[in-house]
Amino acid sequence: MEPLTWTGAVGTWLDPVLWLVAGSLAVGVVAMIVMSFFAAPVTLQANADGTVMARGGAFGFVERAVQALVLALCVVVLLYILAGIVTPYGGAGIVGAMAKRLLPTWIALALTFAVSIAFKRRLGLYGKLFDNVIGMIGFALVMFWVFSAIFAGVFDMIVTHDPLSQVSGMKNEVPGTPVPGVDAMTMGAHYLLGGDALARDVFSRMIAGGWVVIQIAPLATLFAFMVGIVLGLPAGYYGGKLDIVLSFLANLILAFPVILLFYLLVTPEIVATGIPSIMAAVLFVFPVVFFAVLLNARFHTRPGVRGPVLIVVLGIMGLIYLSLISQPGTIFTFMPRWLDLFDISGGILVVFVSVVFVNAPTVFRIVRGITFDIKTRDYVAAAQTRGEGPWYIMLWEILPNARGPLIVDFCLRIGYTTILLGTLGFFGLGLSTESPDWGSTINQGRGLLSVFPHPAVVPALALLTLVLGLNLLADGLREESLRD
Amino acid sequence: MLRFLAGRIFTMLVTALCLTFIVFFLTNLPPNLEKVAKSELGARISDADVESWLGRNGYADPMIIRYGQWLGVVPGWTRTDAEDGRRFGRCLPDNGLAAVPPGASEMPPPTFCGVLQGDWGFSTVFRRDVGEVVLRGLALTGKLMFWVTVVMIPGALIIGVLAGMREGSRLDRSLSTVSIVSTATPEYVSGVVFIALLTPTVFGYRLFNGSATTAMEDATFYNFTLPVVTIALYGMGYIARMTRASMTEVMTAQYIRTARLKGVTFGNIVMKHALRNALIAPFTVIMLQFPWLLNGVVIVETLFNYKGFGWTLVEAAGNNDIELLLGVSVVSVLVVLVTQLISDIGYVFLNPRIRIS
Repeated sequence: MEPLTWTGAVGTWLDPVLWLVAGSLAVGVVAMIVMSFFAAPVTLQANADGTVMARGGAFGFVERAVQALVLALCVVVLLYILAGIVTPYGGAGIVGAMAKRLLPTWIALALTFAVSIAFKRRLGLYGKLFDNVIGMIGFALVMFWVFSAIFAGVFDMIVTHDPLSQVSGMKNEVPGTPVPGVDAMTMGAHYLLGGDALARDVFSRMIAGGWVVIQIAPLATLFAFMVGIVLGLPAGYYGGKLDIVLSFLANLILAFPVILLFYLLVTPEIVATGIPSIMAAVLFVFPVVFFAVLLNARFHTRPGVRGPVLIVVLGIMGLIYLSLISQPGTIFTFMPRWLDLFDISGGILVVFVSVVFVNAPTVFRIVRGITFDIKTRDYVAAAQTRGEGPWYIMLWEILPNARGPLIVDFCLRIGYTTILLGTLGFFGLGLSTESPDWGSTINQGRGLLSVFPHPAVVPALALLTLVLGLNLLADGLREESLRD
Repeated sequence: MLRFLAGRIFTMLVTALCLTFIVFFLTNLPPNLEKVAKSELGARISDADVESWLGRNGYADPMIIRYGQWLGVVPGWTRTDAEDGRRFGRCLPDNGLAAVPPGASEMPPPTFCGVLQGDWGFSTVFRRDVGEVVLRGLALTGKLMFWVTVVMIPGALIIGVLAGMREGSRLDRSLSTVSIVSTATPEYVSGVVFIALLTPTVFGYRLFNGSATTAMEDATFYNFTLPVVTIALYGMGYIARMTRASMTEVMTAQYIRTARLKGVTFGNIVMKHALRNALIAPFTVIMLQFPWLLNGVVIVETLFNYKGFGWTLVEAAGNNDIELLLGVSVVSVLVVLVTQLISDIGYVFLNPRIRIS
């Protein structure tokens, strides 16, 4: 059977267009940057009808040309995707086949954007994001990976081959190589992005690796925020000895080189001693404490509501907490089997704990700094005069007013956590060696990098786009949250 | 000022003490020690053998005593063999693993031999003194870091100042995008992409070498560019963004407007009026960036096979070389703490608005 080319039959006429547009765009951008050194400062002048006058001269022309070219580039990329979806398998090459395979993701993305833009005035900060081009690009990149990961991980849709199974004869094959033994031109007839050193499908591993990251990174960041908030609010609010002790501990962890910490925490010997399980038990208690204090502060004047709410919420969270830390084979195995809701495989738990542990002190410092700033505001003084308790003031007066910077930092920190997970994988720590996560895959592919680049470059670019998307999203959110 | 300095140094010493104890604790847990015994005696020994080997080699003391011995504030352990009277001890040559025959050395061995006395122990992987291994690694990494600094700091400052001098301009947008992309590219991604793109032989000509092993003796443009650029790129974006933020803040200040109204040219405003004040914040950021660079150093040295400090760390951690790992940790923790101290002091010196009384 024929190997697939990159763009297939569609490419014969679309490729030249792409190169032409991309080439002139590059020239235009460089020209624009050079000319911006000499151009007069922007002075907006209004027309008679109230619209803004277009800029004239060579600079104005280049500016408009670049805008048009960016639009043209978007159209060409869209055409590739559409051609891939419309033409039968193989008609639009590897790119087309991938576009076809990712169809659920495209539909989900389009729906999300359509709904969000339609209701953006009613959606608060999230809605404002859709006024910001940078933020929208970032959001699209992030949601692309989130949707692909969910469709692959939950519904088993996007992957073409099992990410762990090996097909003989496919070792280090280039992208588009047909799989031996499959004759029909259907999905799964080729390794779309080639095979890795163990003859596994690189495309499927990339998507499956995204699922590993999407499962761990946001949740670990959330836990780090819970720890940072629960400790940072009182440190900033009370100050004094509590602040000194907590800050010293936070600086202690921050002074630890991250990589050394990983090497010390994520080794089989340390896991055998049960230290990660103890750390998990300590770190995972913070969300429970957070919600308990949050609800108690809110309802403590209404004992009739407080009791039932606290019992229900804490009951559920406590059960989740206990089944989270109780694992067979570790030092905590107290839960009976029928009550233990789920088990997390040891490797993932250790990775999770160490990532939370590394991130929490930075969040603590941010929360503490913001609290220092906000506690001098008038509404805090008003709440104190009303006789509200300290935890009510911290969680219901200070925290909601600190949400802007915290949301921005949350996005950035998910990206940073993704990088940390990749680092762990790169050094082969924690996750199993055949895990499809991006860091481990890069680590395995780097041996023959200059001969067979694709097994390592594909996950590297995947990680890059996800982290870039999160950074752009954070940037857009920051710009929009500063606007009001 | 002196009190401030003394306080800072005191905190630093306490932190260093705590951190080294944590590292000592984590590297000296029973499973690690068992592994050491097995690597010395062979994997198929019984638990009783492990116990007795650990007992004979000073590992049976409580953790805190052994930490004191390692630090050099508690006398090193000694043991005289009951049968032939040979002496073993921490302070004897070869860390006590090799026995000294009775009456061999005329000079009595020192009582204390720890880090404070300059005795860093013996590396089981490299079969050399830890101090020697760490120093060699530090020299090589120093060379790498020198070039990283030369590339990264001017590059980041130029990008930041250019982007921040006219906020919202096209130049600002393009340079800000570049710095966002560079902060989103960890070293193992950029390194892999660079090696894949720039090292294959094209038309019989190879642009760069994908391995920096030869750069250890003789660093050239051909073999040293990729590791240096890979580390520099990740840190550059962050420093550039901080510089840009600081520069935009300064450019909106009243005194800049006054200078403009006086008719000072834009170039002069940027170079003479804004730059000095705009560089206070990036200085702190640059100093605090050094600990993060350590991360990059470990990744890049592994990726490019450059046998410096980071590579030593990976070897020590991967092979359960306890004394070497401790030595490496002490050095890296000290680097972090000293850069923090310099950043604090430098901030006070540079910023006339802050005076420590």
